[in-house]
Amino acid sequence: MSGSNDHHGGDMPHSTFKGYMTGFVLSVILTAIPFWLVMADVIKDTGMTALVILGFAAVQIVVHMIYFLHMNFQSEGGWNMLALIFTSVIVFIALAGSLWVMYHLNVNMMPGLMKEYG
Amino acid sequence: MSELDLTKLIFGRLTLESIPYHEPILIVTFVMVALGGLALLGFITYKKAWGYLWSEWFTSIDHKKIGIMYMVLAIVMLLRGFSDAILMRIQQAWAVGDAAGYLPPDHYDQIFTAHGVIMIFFVAMPMITGIMNYVVPLQIGARDVAFPFLNNFSFWMTTSGAVLVMASLFVGEFAKTGWLAYPPVSGIIKSPGVGVDYYIWSLQLAGVGTLLSGVNLLVTIVKMRAPGMSLMRMPVFSWTALCTNVLIVAAFPVLTAVLAMLALDRYLGTAFFTSDLGGNVMMYINLIWIWGHPEVYILVLPAFGVFSEIVSTFSRKRLFGYASMVYATVVITVLSYLVWLHHFFTMGSGPTVNSFFGITTMIISIPTGAKVFNWLFTMYRGRIEMEVPMLWTLGFIITFVIGGMTGVLLAVPPADFVLHNSLFLVAHFHNVIIGGVLFGMFAGITYWYPKAFGYKLDPFWGKMSFWFWTIGFYFAFMPLYVLGLMGVTRRMNHFDDPSVQIWFIIAAFGAFLIAIGIASFLIQLVVSYRRRDELRDETGDPWHGRTLEWSTSSPPPYYNFAFTPRVHDMDAWWQMKEHGYKRPEEGFLPIHMPKNTGAGIILAGIATVLGFALIWHMWLLAGISFLALLAVAIGHTFNYDRDYHIPADEVAGIEANRTRMLANHV
Repeated sequence: MSGSNDHHGGDMPHSTFKGYMTGFVLSVILTAIPFWLVMADVIKDTGMTALVILGFAAVQIVVHMIYFLHMNFQSEGGWNMLALIFTSVIVFIALAGSLWVMYHLNVNMMPGLMKEYG
Repeated sequence: MSELDLTKLIFGRLTLESIPYHEPILIVTFVMVALGGLALLGFITYKKAWGYLWSEWFTSIDHKKIGIMYMVLAIVMLLRGFSDAILMRIQQAWAVGDAAGYLPPDHYDQIFTAHGVIMIFFVAMPMITGIMNYVVPLQIGARDVAFPFLNNFSFWMTTSGAVLVMASLFVGEFAKTGWLAYPPVSGIIKSPGVGVDYYIWSLQLAGVGTLLSGVNLLVTIVKMRAPGMSLMRMPVFSWTALCTNVLIVAAFPVLTAVLAMLALDRYLGTAFFTSDLGGNVMMYINLIWIWGHPEVYILVLPAFGVFSEIVSTFSRKRLFGYASMVYATVVITVLSYLVWLHHFFTMGSGPTVNSFFGITTMIISIPTGAKVFNWLFTMYRGRIEMEVPMLWTLGFIITFVIGGMTGVLLAVPPADFVLHNSLFLVAHFHNVIIGGVLFGMFAGITYWYPKAFGYKLDPFWGKMSFWFWTIGFYFAFMPLYVLGLMGVTRRMNHFDDPSVQIWFIIAAFGAFLIAIGIASFLIQLVVSYRRRDELRDETGDPWHGRTLEWSTSSPPPYYNFAFTPRVHDMDAWWQMKEHGYKRPEEGFLPIHMPKNTGAGIILAGIATVLGFALIWHMWLLAGISFLALLAVAIGHTFNYDRDYHIPADEVAGIEANRTRMLANHV
């Protein structure tokens, strides 16, 4: 990344009509399926439904990043990828850590509450 | 609409009763602040300096001037935060047994909360941001930061938070909750007053500034390094600045979100952090420490960077273990996200969770220890010059190691069960924050002062400041370790047991020594200004520095570098000197620069009014100022007159001046 003064990301993948349309169609599909899952009550277990929807959401994030934000492994000299990995690690730590910690706190300090949750 | 409603609409909760004119201490403070303020305003008016201040400083988008303004803000707020400290020390030394002291609990609680909030958010943060702002672009060979206007705006947003905290002293009250405002005590039921609202909005406003300046510096370091400066040739201070800004960008949104949820609980009756209706108080504590622990490293990493620069400069050696220094910094950056639970070991997480976080906490001391050894090995067989920045560095190494060891002690969960919430903890974090961050900032100020102002700081008063600070620190905080081991808890304004009093008296004595240290620092500024002709630095390189900032004149021209330097090695300037670098003296080109703008200070001014209106429930004013904020922000986007070119002749003139100055010197 040396010599990057006044350098406006020339290595970004080019945006094309085809790219935007692919992204758009994929997004619509990835939104329509979760909508259908809920409206048609396809999976009986609501917890399972929530998980599946989260899965579709995660895929959709990736679609947006590739087709709308034009990110790939090389864009911005790899900085985008690095930032993405760092963000994922931090988000994972914060979410997983919070769940773990809060579960323990609830078990130890609020036994009544945990019984309520089953 | 009846008259009462109209008054409420305009003034909200604000009545004459909110002004604490029945508290003599506050009245005296207010009178002193008012007189001092009037004297300052009068002096500026007398000197006809308003226009100069406005056009050269307040609206400046020059990273160097913004850096200096950050430092001024930090030093002013240091005086406020330190006054709080002295008040507490006197109270605790006095109020033992039958004596009640002079601060009622209600007032005392506000003081310790304000002390913590001010010292972290409005002293330490502006100091590190100020130093990074000043030094980073020069060190990486850039002409400014990536987003110069944003930089000005960030500074004024930080100031706007500081203004709200200061306002709470005289209009209403400040939070009585401790510096992190845990619910339920910070909830609307336990704290119905405006104190916690002052806390929330001042931190939210300042948080905007911190986050934006984090983004700004991060982009600057990633995108604007001089050609040839690969990451592994970047000076260590810039490396620590990079990691600190990564931490800022990743951590501060958590603080913003958690404070926003607390605000929703207080303003709209939601139940995020209530004890009933499905809320969970512990989630606040969990989230605020997910921000809070990285915050500790946000503060201390730049200080580590400062020491690295100073140690290698004054030992006349390349920094020992540059690569290991970089890796240690990066490892600390990631690990700082894995230790937050050690701030609440005792709140019920059980053995598995506690041992995990206890162990990660101990692991984080390894890269920190590696850094200490690197500094020691840099000094080993170096030609050490005992200039004032080096004194601060040595004071830091000794003090910080002690603080680090008590930290590892507290990382052991069973030990923490004994010591948590005690004065041992208070002693520990003051030990690392004063010994690490504050010493680092004083070292940095002394080191880069000649760069910023063109003359060195007077060494006599610098040494006075150093010795009074250091000895004062040990007198003030070693007794707190003893008291903590005796079982004395923090945040008390009265003690029944007379045997603790002697320790508090020693601590108060230490605080007065620190007061002399601070006074010496201020005297140093005045004395150095008066002796500026003797202390003048004409070379731009008074310490025989190693990094690019020393290749410019002192103070640097506003465009920093007439030609972007080319970097062939780490310690770029040292290498250039070794290879007989010749300054280009002709062939200058026009330089493209951003223009000053008042938009930053105006936006932040309106934001301050918005914050004040929200605190006092002045809904009409809040609505108007919010719309005004939007209008000015949108209006600013239509300002197309943002840049200009410095003509080549002007650059040539400035550079010729420097050539003459260098010739005089030799």
